[in-house]
Amino acid sequence: MVQMPMPNEGILARRADIVRALYDLLPEACVIADAVARRAYECDAVSAYRQLPLAVVLPRNTAEVAAVLKYCHGAGVPVVPRGAGTSLSGGALPVADGIVLGLGKLNKILDIDFPNRAVVTQPGVTNLGISNAVAHAGFYYAPDPSSQIACTIGGNVGENSGGVHCLKYGLTTNNILGLELVLMDGTILRLGGKQLDAGGYDWLGLLTGSEGLLGVITEVTVRILRKPATARALLLGFPSSQVAGDCVGQIIAAGIIPGGMEMMDRPAIHATEAFVNVGYPLDVEALLIVELDGPPVEVDHLIARVSAIADQCSAMTKRISTSEAERLAFWAGRKAAFPAAGRISPDYLCMDGTIPRRALSHVLTRMGELSQHYGLGLANVFHAGDGNLHPLILFDANKPGEFDKAEAFGADILRLCVEVGGVLTGEHGVGVEKRDLMPVMFSEIDLDQQRRVKHAFDPKLLLNPGKVFPLLSRCAEGGKMHVAGGALAHPDLPRF
Amino acid sequence: MLRAARWLTPIFPASKALPMFTPLTPGELAELVRSTALAGEALALHSGNSLSALGHPPRGDRLHHSLSLAGFDAIIAYEPDELVLTVGPGIPLTEVKALLAERRQRLAFEPPDWGPLYGQPAGIGTLGGVIGAALAGSRRVTAGGARDHMLGFHAVNGRGEIFKAGGRVVKNVTGYDLPKLVTGAFGTLAALTEVTVKVVPAPETVDTLMLPRLTPARATEVMAQALGSPHDVGSAAYLPASIARDLIPGAGDSATLIRLEGFAPSVEARAAALMAEFGGTVERLGADVSRKLWQALGDATPLVGLHEDCLWRISVPPTAGAAILEAVQAVRPLATGWLDWGGGLIWLALPPHPGERDGGAAFLRGLVTDGHATLMRAPERVRASVPVFQPMPPALAALAQRLKASFDPHAVFNPSRLGA
Ligand SMILES: Cc1cc2nc3c(=O)[nH]c(=O)nc-3n(C[C@H](O)[C@H](O)[C@H](O)COP(=O)(O)OP(=O)(O)OC[C@H]3O[C@@H](n4cnc5c(N)ncnc54)[C@H](O)[C@@H]3O)c2cc1C
Repeated sequence: MVQMPMPNEGILARRADIVRALYDLLPEACVIADAVARRAYECDAVSAYRQLPLAVVLPRNTAEVAAVLKYCHGAGVPVVPRGAGTSLSGGALPVADGIVLGLGKLNKILDIDFPNRAVVTQPGVTNLGISNAVAHAGFYYAPDPSSQIACTIGGNVGENSGGVHCLKYGLTTNNILGLELVLMDGTILRLGGKQLDAGGYDWLGLLTGSEGLLGVITEVTVRILRKPATARALLLGFPSSQVAGDCVGQIIAAGIIPGGMEMMDRPAIHATEAFVNVGYPLDVEALLIVELDGPPVEVDHLIARVSAIADQCSAMTKRISTSEAERLAFWAGRKAAFPAAGRISPDYLCMDGTIPRRALSHVLTRMGELSQHYGLGLANVFHAGDGNLHPLILFDANKPGEFDKAEAFGADILRLCVEVGGVLTGEHGVGVEKRDLMPVMFSEIDLDQQRRVKHAFDPKLLLNPGKVFPLLSRCAEGGKMHVAGGALAHPDLPRF
Repeated sequence: MLRAARWLTPIFPASKALPMFTPLTPGELAELVRSTALAGEALALHSGNSLSALGHPPRGDRLHHSLSLAGFDAIIAYEPDELVLTVGPGIPLTEVKALLAERRQRLAFEPPDWGPLYGQPAGIGTLGGVIGAALAGSRRVTAGGARDHMLGFHAVNGRGEIFKAGGRVVKNVTGYDLPKLVTGAFGTLAALTEVTVKVVPAPETVDTLMLPRLTPARATEVMAQALGSPHDVGSAAYLPASIARDLIPGAGDSATLIRLEGFAPSVEARAAALMAEFGGTVERLGADVSRKLWQALGDATPLVGLHEDCLWRISVPPTAGAAILEAVQAVRPLATGWLDWGGGLIWLALPPHPGERDGGAAFLRGLVTDGHATLMRAPERVRASVPVFQPMPPALAALAQRLKASFDPHAVFNPSRLGA
């Protein structure tokens, strides 16, 4: 279990008073105090990390969110914001001396404005819910995390989530126009709107991806796009990942930005084919799905160009979708990668580093060596266009020590990503999972600058504590964090 | 008074008595920042200096030294296949554009050159200026702005510390997105020494559809229809007759403009489809006219010669722009202006108005309920007396102060450029 900040005994002792105060602020159905019902909130999608919160509150509107935060601010009670709890970095993991503030009851779409291509929504609406609400007019909300049927737009803003189409259409941050934010002290701020430039500091940019550490988002204005007229895909098999990676580079060099460009390695191909049976070639080392979307004339034109590039790159197999059913079949395996991994292994860890694509074959080779070293299997799916790797580490949590080994393996992979010029996380966030690796990428001065930004929003450090920034008490443990020379750059600064 | 350290080149510009500092390494810059902070003085940051008249003028209560970041102008890494470019922010924008053009790439957000707008020569603007002021052209409406393409940076903060944030890859959520935060911060948070930006392929060709003689209200509907169509419209603007005549050969009336970019067969097909959907008179302007036209709109060329006028740039929801433009012109018939970003951006030049001392701030801000109006160009006395940027509610202004202090506790960098 990952270490969390030591719970404040004083708060634990005051639990009954705190719960009573919350009942005073909210209707009874909006406060969850009993242990059994609270258990539903003890973890997010990183289920290896669990913690029962003091209580759970489910406010129904901005005013109630503000009232809860104001109370907690005064009483010194930590607050963990939570959307659907699908975070893959432990971002919504509760703390023992804090409450979970669930946004699930703020689940209404407030305004659909086609002429301004914007939707105003409460944070608890699911990602897919937004697209569904505008689909009748041919519109959609572009960022499409695989979890989109469950994850909320508030959580997407929290994590700056991506999806398979984000090379062309951007991450959450590129598709947000406005936010309503409640600060920890209960102050309500409205930022941006349906206009493009909000003026002043780029609050939207700072808040998107801030992992619930700066404020609670109570309303989101998103940009919606007209659905591309058509989409077609190529399924390409290659003798090596290196060649597949080169092919990706050549497509981009030809001036083509595909709607999606996904790669799988041999273990991933075999696992997914066994799971969904869509006819993936089993004799290739790497499989590439290249999807072109847009006006039909353009898609046909680009299919021909990508096809020619694939031939030059000596693709071993090449299929081009001729129907919507066939295109979806190409995707079926890739989309089933996680459950497929779940079928070949009792447990798996999904990693999320980004690398410069030129380093791909080096990284894959090194990961193969690490896999041998740890004695754990590995399957790779990869957002090839933007270099975002999702290695799936296969392990069995019932075997003593295996989870720790899997975590150590994962940390080695992320260190490798940074070593080759990449980053620790491309779309899943730092959370608690990668928190202690932050010093691999950032110096203590870099991190202190970020800590001071946190401080400007939440000086008492009550919002989502224990996330994103390494806990100092971990310094000496397992080499997970090191402080250069044992010296702290700013001993005066609060650490959290 | 701060003494110039030995490694600094004290250049004495003719008009100013104080030396200009031009550090060449992050270490030199950090030392300068620390000594300035210690002396209780301030630094006015710039690199190309094309935008020095944008924002509030420095207040007289503190000594401001001129700090040029033009020395950080190296090309550090350009990886076309990875879609990333890492440079020193002092590099001239023209140089960046030429470098990218060699590999048939560009900056998607179409950064303009506003030098001439401020009476400066064209071509002196730098990438650092583009990022600091978050400049973007007509493609902003679909491709995003400077912030959407800013991936990482190295900088010196107001404590004189060298730090970095973001990364050198296109997809990254590690830590707070400070690269977006410093974009458009007008140098009030940190002095950038290295930036990584996302670059994209340049389109094979471009064309523009022109619908003549529409009213601003009807033009807004047409632009919404075009931008909401599946035909991948990149930008949409509305020009009143006076401006259309100047920029478009043969134009005699107002012009509603729809830009299409991309692969030649695609542009052809989309143009045909849109013309069929619009019906009525639609002209195609062709690639050459298109390129010059959209560049002129981004650079605000029609306003360059209007020396007496105060210039405004107003960002509103796209359907709100036309009514504001019409309301302005109803009472100020001599005002010049047009709509870009599908109606969401209004450029305005207001000629002097009897009895008005605020450059039109109260008048315009009274019309803008949802959005923000920036006073782009005005005499220094006007900029010193009215908020150049849309005023913030008090709670947000307080947060902005705390945020500024988290980077620059002694308010060394451009202390009053964004206002109080
Ligand atoms: C099967 C599966 C597939 C996935 N695929 C993808 C993928 O393709 N791409 C991708 O990017 N991610 C993916 N994810 C990760 C996850 O779905 C996203 O991070 C998602 O955005 C989380 O949304 P949520 O509503 O579940 O938020 P939660 O998990 O509840 O919270 C996420 C973070 O945001 C904060 N937060 C939540 N709501 C608010 C709010 N209103 N105000 C302030 N802070 C808030 C929380 O404190 C937490 O730090 C996947 C997850 C799973 C389980």
